[in-house]
Amino acid sequence: MEELLGGFSLGLFFWQAVLFVALILLLKKFAWKPILDSVNDREEGIKNALDSAEKAKLEMENLQADNQKLLKEARAERETMLKEARDIKNKMIEDAKGEAQEQANKLIQQAQAAIESEKKAAMAELKNHVAGLSLDIAEKVVRDELSNKDKQLKLVETMLGEKSLTEA
Amino acid sequence: MRRKISLKPITLLLLLVTFVSFGKEQEGHGEQKTDQKTEIKEYIQHHLQDSYDFSLFSYTTETGEHKHFGFPLPVILWDNGLKVFSSSKFHHGETVAEVDGSFYKVHHSKIYKVDGADGQIIEDDHHHATNEKPLDFSITKNVTMIMMVFLIMFFMFKRMASAYKKNGGMPKGMGRFLEPIVLYVRDEIAIPNIGKKHYKRYMSYLLTVFFFVWIVNLFGLTPIGMNVTNNIAVTFCLAIITYLITTFSGNKNYWKHIFWMPGVPVPMKIILAPIELLGTFIKPFALMIRLYANITAGHIVLMSIIGMMFVFNNWLGSSLSFLLAFVLGILELLVAALQAYIFTVLSALYFGMAVEEHDHH
Repeated sequence: MEELLGGFSLGLFFWQAVLFVALILLLKKFAWKPILDSVNDREEGIKNALDSAEKAKLEMENLQADNQKLLKEARAERETMLKEARDIKNKMIEDAKGEAQEQANKLIQQAQAAIESEKKAAMAELKNHVAGLSLDIAEKVVRDELSNKDKQLKLVETMLGEKSLTEA
Repeated sequence: MRRKISLKPITLLLLLVTFVSFGKEQEGHGEQKTDQKTEIKEYIQHHLQDSYDFSLFSYTTETGEHKHFGFPLPVILWDNGLKVFSSSKFHHGETVAEVDGSFYKVHHSKIYKVDGADGQIIEDDHHHATNEKPLDFSITKNVTMIMMVFLIMFFMFKRMASAYKKNGGMPKGMGRFLEPIVLYVRDEIAIPNIGKKHYKRYMSYLLTVFFFVWIVNLFGLTPIGMNVTNNIAVTFCLAIITYLITTFSGNKNYWKHIFWMPGVPVPMKIILAPIELLGTFIKPFALMIRLYANITAGHIVLMSIIGMMFVFNNWLGSSLSFLLAFVLGILELLVAALQAYIFTVLSALYFGMAVEEHDHH
């Protein structure tokens, strides 16, 4: 202890105190503050950059998810549109078919009706024709028959004979 | 290219020291040739003490002449007025210096006032000089080294700081080596011990004390042969700054834990108060002694082993001593950094205690 106190030099203590305190203050102003500030700024910058990169990554992911969703929606929409189109097509074909059928039926009916009426007209004409013809023939026959007296008498005789036999 | 330029101030300084030292070769007067062991012991003793001139090395010629290599430093005394003179007047402590009618003599690396040109130091029974001691503010060898470290640190870190500005926040040159150390002090010493909220206030002191002690310790290992941190005055100064910062930043909680320890019975509180109060002085005191003792012991052991080389004076003992000195030298390099680290960590720990807010008990 005595040696320690004996070794103590006031002058050295004085200079050390003055120089060291001055050194702290000078370095604080000219070195530590700018150095630590720069390092802090840099660290802050790195942290921010990392954060924003992370954010960008998330955004990207969101965007991709959105894209996926949009794509899915578009696909579904296309599907429904195609389906609708197909339905419309089928319906149109169906409708056309029905209409055509109806039209055909109508035409057939009309034709049938026309045929019927033609047929009737033809029949009536035929009947008239046949009636005339029959009258003519009958007239001719009758005239012919009546002109031949003998024959007539013979016929009447035969007819009468048959009649009496059967009735007897 | 820039890296070369940044080394220049240090190189220049060293060159200057070398030139001046060889230019100022001075002759000492013959002295009785003591035997080798005593000479080594005295040499170590001398090395551990501060000196008034910047001696790099000295040797004794065949004719018993003492030769010193170095340069004198200014001596500043306050003895009925300011007295400034060159230490060359002492002739390495061998003569009495006369300044404005007063006579001074160096005795055990201290300046005493003597009666006349051939005045003697009068010792009492305990070998203590009884002569009057003037107030001594001399620029001694250690003060010179402190000034050198002051300049080196100031320009080194100022340069580092300005490199950040020029380089857009990136370190350059020496800053690349120093930045991890600065960050280590911040992230591993300041923040864990003081806490994120308060650490910024103490960064300047912690960084300065860390680099100062480290650089000074490293200089102590160079053959220039100075060791600032083995002076109790220097470590006392560092410790008292730590003590003052701790005391002045102590909050209510800190003082409450010293004077009225919460969570213990009242009689215990009364017993604990003086112990805790004493503790606040013991902590910086331990800081002071630890740094001083570690560096002093390191120097004594290292120099003794180097001295053993000459004492053995045979191939086996000398080479073994050399090997031991080499290994110890490497260990001292580690100790230089370790002591700086310990001083900084403990200072940070004390600051942390002073600003601690939450209550654990």
